[in-house]
Amino acid sequence: MYTRILGFAAVAVCLAMPASAAIALGDAAGSYAISPANSSIRFSIGKVGGGGLDGAFGRFKGSIRIDNSDVARSQVNFTIFPESVGTGQGRIDAFLRSDAVFDAADSPEIQFRSTSVTRTSDTTALVSGRLTARGKTFPEKFTAELGGLKAGTIKFHVTGQVLRSRYGMDVGTPIYSNIVDFDMTLTGKRG
Amino acid sequence: MHASITNSTTRYGWGAIILHWLIALIFIGQFGLGFIMVRLTSQRTAFELIQLHKSLGFLLLGLVILRIAWRFGNAAPALPRSVGTLERRAAPLAHLALYAFQLALPLSGWALVSVSMLEIPSLPFNLFLMPNLPLAESDAAENFWASAHWYLAYAGMALVVLHVAAALRHHFQLRDGVLTRMITPSSEDSAE
Repeated sequence: MYTRILGFAAVAVCLAMPASAAIALGDAAGSYAISPANSSIRFSIGKVGGGGLDGAFGRFKGSIRIDNSDVARSQVNFTIFPESVGTGQGRIDAFLRSDAVFDAADSPEIQFRSTSVTRTSDTTALVSGRLTARGKTFPEKFTAELGGLKAGTIKFHVTGQVLRSRYGMDVGTPIYSNIVDFDMTLTGKRG
Repeated sequence: MHASITNSTTRYGWGAIILHWLIALIFIGQFGLGFIMVRLTSQRTAFELIQLHKSLGFLLLGLVILRIAWRFGNAAPALPRSVGTLERRAAPLAHLALYAFQLALPLSGWALVSVSMLEIPSLPFNLFLMPNLPLAESDAAENFWASAHWYLAYAGMALVVLHVAAALRHHFQLRDGVLTRMITPSSEDSAE
C-alpha cells in the first residue's frame, strides 16, 4: 500500500512536469544555427556476420528553431554534403561518393526539412520531416533528445533509421543492411 | 551396357565428363569476369560483379574438391597406344598442373578477400556466410594476394590454352579419340 501511494505521488509529479518544462522551453525558444565544430553526424550500416560499416559526414549545416508558444511548430533543417563522407578507409569513401551510392558530383546535398515536431517526454521529441537524397524525397522520423541548454547553446542527440534503398543506394544488400542507423549530436548556437 | 557414370580403362564416365566441362566453363568464365570487373567505370556494377566472381569462385572450389575426390576413386582411362613417349610423360604433368591451378585460383582469391582491409563479407549467391581464411588483414597482404591471384590467373589460362591446343591436335591431326572420349562415354576410342 505504501509503495502504491509513492507510485501515485510519482505520477502526480510527472503530470505537474509539463508546466515547468514549458518554462524551460520558453527559455530555449529562438533560432539556432548548427555549429559543425560541436556537432557530428555519424552513421552505421550492419553487415552479415556481425560488425558493420561506420562513418561520418565532415561537412553539414543546419538550423533549429524552437517556437515558444507551440513546440509542434518548432523546426529542424539540415543539409549534409556527402562529398565529406569518411569511414577511415579511402577506397570505401571513394565508393560511397561515386554514383554507386551518393553520386556526390551530381547530387551534392542531402537535405532534411522537418514537417512536425511532437513532444514525447520532457526532454524528447519525435521530429518528422522530408529527407531528400539523389533527387528522391521520402518522409522520415528522427528521435531528438535534449542534451543540454545553456547560455544560448542547445544540444540535441538525434537518432533514427533510414532505408537506403528508397534513395537508390541499395548497392551491397544483403551483404550490408538496408537500414542506416544515424546517430547525430547537433549543437545549435543562438543566432 | 552398364550405366557409364564411372570411368573405365578406355573411356571417361559421365561423372568425370560433367565435372570437366562444368569446371572448364566456370574457370574460363571467371577469367573473363575477373578481367572485366576491374576495368569498369561503374563502381556499382564492379561491386556486383566482384561479388558474383567470389560466388563462382567458391562454387569452383567445391566442384574442384569433388572432382579430385572423384579422380581418386576413378582412375583416368589410359592414353591410346599411338601416343608417343614424350607426350605420354608430359600429359600427366600438365594435368597435375591444371588441377593445381584449379585449386590455387579459388584459394588465392579467398585469401585475397580474407586479408582485405575492406572487410567485405563473402555471401556466395546470397545463400550463406562464407568465413574468411584465418589470415591477418593488411594492405601489404592484400597487395600480395592480389598479385598472386593475377599471376596465377594468367599462368592458368596459358595452361588452358596449351590443354585445348593438345586436345585439338589429338582430334584433327592425330585423329584419335582423346577429345571425343571427354565429350561422351559412348564414343569409341579409335586407337584401341
